[in-house]
Amino acid sequence: MVLPSVLQPLAGGQSFLTAPADTAVTVEGVLDEVTGEYPALSRRLRDETGAIRRYVNIYVNGNEIRRLQGLATEVSPGGEVLIIQSVAGG
Amino acid sequence: MGGMATAESYVLAIGTKKGLWLATSPDRKDWSLSGPHFLMSEVPSIGIDTRDGRTRILVGVRSEHWGPTVFHSDDLGETWNEPEQGAIRFPEGTDAALERVWQIHPDAESRPGVVWAGCEPISVWKSTDGGEHFELNRGLWDHPHRGEWGAGYGGAAAHSIVVDHTGEKVHVAMSTGGVYRSLDGGSSWEPRNKGISAYFMPDPNPEFGQCVHKIAADSAVDGRLYAQNHHGVYRSDDDAENWESIADGLPADFGFVMLTHPGRAGTAWVIPLKADGERIPPEGRLAVHRTDDAGATWKRLDAGLPEKEFNSVLRDAACVDTAEPAGVYFGTRGGSVYASADEGEHFAEVASHLPDVLCVRASAVSGAALPGAALSGSAVSASAAGA
Repeated sequence: MVLPSVLQPLAGGQSFLTAPADTAVTVEGVLDEVTGEYPALSRRLRDETGAIRRYVNIYVNGNEIRRLQGLATEVSPGGEVLIIQSVAGG
Repeated sequence: MGGMATAESYVLAIGTKKGLWLATSPDRKDWSLSGPHFLMSEVPSIGIDTRDGRTRILVGVRSEHWGPTVFHSDDLGETWNEPEQGAIRFPEGTDAALERVWQIHPDAESRPGVVWAGCEPISVWKSTDGGEHFELNRGLWDHPHRGEWGAGYGGAAAHSIVVDHTGEKVHVAMSTGGVYRSLDGGSSWEPRNKGISAYFMPDPNPEFGQCVHKIAADSAVDGRLYAQNHHGVYRSDDDAENWESIADGLPADFGFVMLTHPGRAGTAWVIPLKADGERIPPEGRLAVHRTDDAGATWKRLDAGLPEKEFNSVLRDAACVDTAEPAGVYFGTRGGSVYASADEGEHFAEVASHLPDVLCVRASAVSGAALPGAALSGSAVSASAAGA
């Protein structure tokens, strides 16, 4: 999973986090795995109900998951999950 | 970075739409401004907790992207800490998520460690560890009226928490919903809005549903409360059983601010706005109004304020300190912050051209040096890295 620079301090300074998988896993599974030891990072991406925050966009292999199956979108082994914040605000 | 201030200094924390600024002063007249902290995140709530021999600044921070959280600093903004699991989290089963922390209220001196929070969605929280972890008040969360509470323009939130000296009597105000009172420390709650108008509803005198903008307790008269309503300024002398208008003598009865004196009976401040539909100072002439007789009469205070000002002052963008005479502070949505060291008789501008001011809190700080605040990172997360 690729993190924007602003979130990297919450993952020990890492820009990439990896989740071991032999078969396809869901985005939710990837998030659970890679943010498990970084609860502050997890809260930035999802609220207490598990929902992705409104202005957080998650891409799997270049496709935004809200246009796919949301958190149930599958990620193949070796696939890339990209976190990007929306262009929003004033 | 900024200079050092010594013991018996004052700190003024300014939460804005785009970050937190800290001002310090040795005398409440000359202020040094530093910041921003949490740049590009809004800071709608601040609590300065000087109990237990330390000064802890608690801030509710909300990033449009990354959500809300609570940070605290025990070194006057030099470093910020965020509890690993988050200070405020809706428990499983509530199917709710924290939207914004509207109020952080350190409890009485006699109850060190106890901090209350009021949040959106409408909820009240209590911490017993100095604001590091809060527990949801179930009595209010499970209240049967919940489904009928609404959202004001700024959101649906509990924004005022008033706790008496016993800790058993707690008043909460919410927009919209009105005033609720607990006599058992927060276990159970009843609406207490008799006399407060809800002119915008079919029944203008409902049991609940009022849009009370702010309440504050008279610190020297047990059972006396003041309320700034969505049109209407009120006082209660019987723990909110009955409310009566004290708006006569004010240029307008709309506004958001209600402040009370830290130690003297009958003194309160409001900052009127013209009307619901015209949220500007009446005639564009910004003024604070103070009563010293519990609302029987009001005195206009505008010395040092601009001749013309069309920005409003939000409910928590005003505060008093506990010095003698009391200091009065407020900030506008135009980013100006004013301070008075003499109960509002004379104001001086502390800051200008900041983002919209959402919250200010001031306190004397004894026995500590005030470091100049460094420019911290550009988001909630970057600030956390400095923790």
